[in-house]
Amino acid sequence: MNAMHQDQALRTLSYAEAIREAMAIAMEADPTVILMGEDIGVYGGAFQVTLDLVDRFGPDRVMDTPISELGGAGVAVGAALTGLKPIYEFQFSDFAMLAMEQIVNQAAKLRYMLGGEASVPVVFRLPSGSGTGAAAQHSQSIEAWFGHVPGLKVLQPSTPEDAKGMLLAALADPDPVMIFEHKLLYKMKGHVPAGSYTTPIGKAAVRRTGSDLTIVAGSIMVHRALEAAERLAAEGIDAEVIDLRSIRPIDHETILASVRRTGRLMVVYEGVKAFGIGAEISAAVAESDAFDFLDAPILRLGAADAPVPYNPDLERASVPQVDSIEAAARRLARREV
Amino acid sequence: MAAPDNRPFAIRTYPPDRLREALKRMHLIRRFEEGAEDSYMRGLIHGTMHLSIGQEASAMATCMELTDSDKITSTHRGHGHCIAKGADVGRMFAEFFGKETGYCHGRGGSMHIADVKTGNLGANGIVGGGLPIAVGAALSARRLGRPDVTVCFFGDGANNEGAFHEALNMASVWKLPVVFVCENNGYGMSTSTARSTAVRQVADRAVAYAMPGVTVDGNDFSAVAEAVHIAIARARAGDGPSLVENVTYRWRGHSKSDRNRYRSKEEIEEWMTRDPIARFQAELIAHGVLDQAGADAILAAAIADVEAGIAFAKASPAPNVSEVTRYVYAEK
Repeated sequence: MNAMHQDQALRTLSYAEAIREAMAIAMEADPTVILMGEDIGVYGGAFQVTLDLVDRFGPDRVMDTPISELGGAGVAVGAALTGLKPIYEFQFSDFAMLAMEQIVNQAAKLRYMLGGEASVPVVFRLPSGSGTGAAAQHSQSIEAWFGHVPGLKVLQPSTPEDAKGMLLAALADPDPVMIFEHKLLYKMKGHVPAGSYTTPIGKAAVRRTGSDLTIVAGSIMVHRALEAAERLAAEGIDAEVIDLRSIRPIDHETILASVRRTGRLMVVYEGVKAFGIGAEISAAVAESDAFDFLDAPILRLGAADAPVPYNPDLERASVPQVDSIEAAARRLARREV
Repeated sequence: MAAPDNRPFAIRTYPPDRLREALKRMHLIRRFEEGAEDSYMRGLIHGTMHLSIGQEASAMATCMELTDSDKITSTHRGHGHCIAKGADVGRMFAEFFGKETGYCHGRGGSMHIADVKTGNLGANGIVGGGLPIAVGAALSARRLGRPDVTVCFFGDGANNEGAFHEALNMASVWKLPVVFVCENNGYGMSTSTARSTAVRQVADRAVAYAMPGVTVDGNDFSAVAEAVHIAIARARAGDGPSLVENVTYRWRGHSKSDRNRYRSKEEIEEWMTRDPIARFQAELIAHGVLDQAGADAILAAAIADVEAGIAFAKASPAPNVSEVTRYVYAEK
C-alpha cells in the first residue's frame, strides 16, 4: 500500500461530519446548492450536522427558516423547480408530517403531472429513529411511508461513507430524494474517502456474507444485525447481512439472490412492524422464484405496535435490539418459527 | 404645464396593440372555457373542471407586465392564467382531451395545466399548494441574480390555509420578489368568505406580514393592472412582496358537481352585468384604441383559435397505455 492509499484508509469521520463534508463539497462545486432548515445557521442544527457551514457559505446559502415546515419544504420545492438545488433539513423526521402536502402532492408528482416538463431536484434530510429519550413525537421511523410514493427516492445510510456518498448522489439526481439519517449514528466514526464520490441509489450492500440465513436491515439495524450475526457465528449459525440502503427504489435482485442461497429470510427495521418494509420485502420474495428456495417462514422484526415510549426500558423494548435480533435469527435458523 | 392624463391606467400605460392583444386573450379565455364546457357535455373530456368565466380581467391584467422568464403559480381554476401567460389553446385543449400533444402529455389534465416555457409553473389541485412554491421561485430568482418576479395566483379559499400564512411570512422576512394575487370570487366552493374568513377583505391580512395590501375591483382591467404594476415594481426593486386582492365572481359553479344551492339567481345575474370583457372592450372603444369593427374582428379571431384548438385536440393521438409509468422519474 502506498502512502496515499494508507492516508485514505486511515481517514475517519463521524457520520455527521461525513454529511457536513458532502454538503460543503457540493456547495463549493455548485453555487445553486443551498441549505434550508430550522436553526441550521449559527446553532448548527439540532444535531450539529450543519455546524460552521454558515461561516463558510454565508446566511444566503445556509438559510435559517421560520418554524414553518410546510412552507419551508414548499419553498425548497419551488426553488428546485426553478433552478436551485436545495437541501432542506427537517429538524426531526417526525416534523415531515407537517409538510406531507408539499412532499407527496407537489415534489413527488410535479414531474409526472407536467408530463416530464418539470424537474424537482430537492433533497430532504430527516434525522430519524429512537433511542434518545425524546418520546413519541421525536423518535419515529417513518421512512416506509415514503416508499409508497412514486416520484420520490428514499435512502437510509448506515455508515459515514454511505452518508456522504448518498447525499452527493442525491444532489446529482434530478428527482426529489429523502435521506433518513439515524440520530444514534451521527457520532459513529468510520472510513470516509476524501473528495467527491457517489454511492449508487437503489443498490443494497452485502455487509456480511453467510450461508444459513439472510438478514435484511437498514440504517442502525445493520449494525445491530451484524453484532447479532457475530454472536451467532460462535454457535455455528452463519448469517448473511444485507444493508438495504435504498427503500425506493429497492434492490430486489440482491435480496432475492441471497434468499436463493440461504433459504431463510428475516427483515429487521425500526419502523412499526405492520405495513412496513418487511411486508414489502416479504411480498417480493413470495412473488418471485426465490419463494421456492425458502426452507422456513419469513420473519419480520419491527417496532412494537405502539408509539415510541419515554421510559428507557420501554423505549429499548419497543424496537429491535441486538438481543432480540439474535434470538429471532436463532429461531429462524433452527426453524422454530 | 400639460393637462393631467385622466384616462384609465391601462389606456395611458400600454401601447394599443398590447391592449388589443389583451382583449383577444380575454375573449380566448372565455371561449376556451365555453369550449371546454361544451366538450365536457359531449363526453369528449372526462373528470372535472373549474371554469373562470367572469374572472378574465383578473387573469389578463395581472399578466400584462410579465415576461416569459417571470413565473406564475396557478390554481385549480387556472385555465385563464395559463392563457393570459401566453399558452397555446390547442395544446391546452389537447391536454384536456387527454392527448399526448397536450402540455402535460395527457398526464395532468385541467387541474395541472402548465406551460413551463412561458413561465407557468402549473395549476394546482391543492388549495394553497402553489403559495410556498411561488416563494421558492422568487428565492431562485434572487439567488441566481435574475430580475424575474413571481406572481402567485390563489383564491379566497386558500387564504385560510396554513400555507398562506407560512408563505407570506417567509416572502416578507426575506423580501422576495413575489406578488400574491388573491382572486376573491366570494366563495370557497360553497362557503362564502363572510362565513370562512375573519377579516372583511383578504388584503386586510397583509398588515400581519408587513407588506402592502390592496383590494381592487377585479372586473376592472385597469384597476387590476395598476395595482399589479405597483406591486411588480416594488418586487423588481428588491423591496419585497405585496398582496393584491381582485374582487371578482365566477359565473359558473365551483366545478361540474355544483348544483348552485348557495347563491341566488339574482346575485349571479347582478354580477353578470359587471362583465369584465364587455367593460374592457367599451373602454378601448371609448378611448379610440378600437372601433366596433375591430372589436368584432378580435372576437372572431378568438373564436377561430378555439375552434382550431379543439380540432387539433380531437385529431391528436392518445398516450400509449404502455407508458403509464413514464415521467415518474427523469429519463436517463
